[in-house]
Amino acid sequence: MPAPDDVMLALASVGRTFVDGTAAVRDLNLRVHRGEFVSVVGPSGCGKSTLLRLVSGLEPATAGTVDVAPCRLGYVFQDPTLLPWRTVTRNVELLAELEGIPRDERRRRVAQVLDLVGLTGFGRARPAALSGGMRMRASLARSLVLEPELFLLDEPFGALDELTRERLNDEMVALFTDSAFTALFVTHSVAEAVFLSSRVVVLSPRPGHVVGEVTVPFPYPRPGHLRFTPEFGRLASRVSDLLRDADGGNADWTVSA
Amino acid sequence: MSLAVLRTRWLPPAVALAVFLGLWYLVSDVVLDADRRFLLPPPDAVVEVAFLDPVNRAPLLRGLALSATVALVGFLVAAVLGIAIGTAMSQARWVERSLYPYAVFLQCVPILALVPVIGFWFDFGLTSRVIVTVLIALFPVISGTLFGLQSADRGQHDLLSLHRASRVTRLLKLQFPSALPALLTGLQVAATLAVVGAVVGDLFFKQGTPGIGVLIDMYRARLQTEQLLGAALLACLLGVAAFSLLGLLIRATTGGWHGATADHRPR
Ligand SMILES: Nc1ncnc2c1ncn2[C@@H]1O[C@H](COP(=O)(O)OP(=O)(O)O)[C@@H](O)[C@H]1O
Ligand SMILES: [Mg+2]
Repeated sequence: MPAPDDVMLALASVGRTFVDGTAAVRDLNLRVHRGEFVSVVGPSGCGKSTLLRLVSGLEPATAGTVDVAPCRLGYVFQDPTLLPWRTVTRNVELLAELEGIPRDERRRRVAQVLDLVGLTGFGRARPAALSGGMRMRASLARSLVLEPELFLLDEPFGALDELTRERLNDEMVALFTDSAFTALFVTHSVAEAVFLSSRVVVLSPRPGHVVGEVTVPFPYPRPGHLRFTPEFGRLASRVSDLLRDADGGNADWTVSA
Repeated sequence: MSLAVLRTRWLPPAVALAVFLGLWYLVSDVVLDADRRFLLPPPDAVVEVAFLDPVNRAPLLRGLALSATVALVGFLVAAVLGIAIGTAMSQARWVERSLYPYAVFLQCVPILALVPVIGFWFDFGLTSRVIVTVLIALFPVISGTLFGLQSADRGQHDLLSLHRASRVTRLLKLQFPSALPALLTGLQVAATLAVVGAVVGDLFFKQGTPGIGVLIDMYRARLQTEQLLGAALLACLLGVAAFSLLGLLIRATTGGWHGATADHRPR
């Protein structure tokens, strides 16, 4: 059993009902420990984004309690949400700017994270000139500048082609291995969830609650060919089974991604 | 400038101009009899009488300078006021709810009806002309500002909320930059309306130093059609100049990131 101070976030019987009466999540219980990489999968509209918004404090819970350890938070949205008038460098330094980090220090960190996400040399480009994958890299870099301890990612690679997504998954694993953050990662790809995570949590259809979880025992760093091992396939099909049961058998979840 | 640019950019308006002048000559020289030609003198007569004759040219240029000044001052006042009002509306829904209907109202009210009132309060001089100009040019600035400030998307706002950005930070780092395209388009419309306002205000008040509007009225009364058309042409050129200047400003400030996508209309 981990000590209580090892808990990064704890949601107890959390519910979130919007003013129009829509219940996005109900009776949701989730605990994430420091250093875990937890993926959340579930049918679309089941409250995954809402879950992240609750954890980040962007939205209040209407029931239950949300406890998050005081820490630096990183949040990557499904859209890169870059500011089109800023260059990549100026976009990546935005959050550091908001946190009042001095200019020299900002520029030093920006150069470092651009290198980390493979965008060296693109600092002067405007977002419109970048591919979808590169925009997402810039968005990742923007969060990484603040060296987050808790990283919330909402289907960050959902809009990318498969090849780009796999490459970014490899880089995500490398980042996680090096930077020791805690991650809560929403995805609709079972393969992505298993490849990245130390634990995969499956949500029910709306109102979302946890219907099961699968622990992924592979150590980090994880090589790309892990995806083709029988053990990987076994774990992925367990997640798929949970999803299918949760969804009343009418979803077409694919293991490939 | 390459030949291709010359052909795709400048040829179409040049052809349009040639066609227009051709039609003008057709009406002046063919359709109208010689004794009724004063109704529409041909272009060369307009240029000769209104612009080449120094005696006729002097009052036109003085009028142009005066109207341009009124338009500029009116435009600047409308810009400052409109941006301030639009920004206030964007900050609180109750401000928007209480002011926006009246902004629309202002846009629709026939200025002519206000002329006696404005004249009564502010006399019939330059101040009144500037006020008419402001009244006519204000609305597009307000609506452009308000629409623009509301155009940032939710994710971008969330990002700032996560880092507890203040209202001022939000305005400066997110809302104003994303408002620029709509705001500048509003200003561009306002700039041309300011020219209209300056001329129309002049026409209404009719007193003091004559601007283009007073001249137009005078030439109309004296059936000096060449000068009348010359004055109208100068007012148009002033409007086009205002529009183009704002166009340059738009290209300089947002050209690098906004509308970078291509024109998708078939060629
Ligand atoms: N502000 C809101 N008001 C009303 N309903 C909302 C709001 N935000 C999300 N919802 C609804 O809550 C449900 C869960 O949304 P979301 O968390 O975005 O789902 P997911 O990310 O799993 O696709 C959806 O049915 C969505 O339409
Ligand atoms: Mg979502």
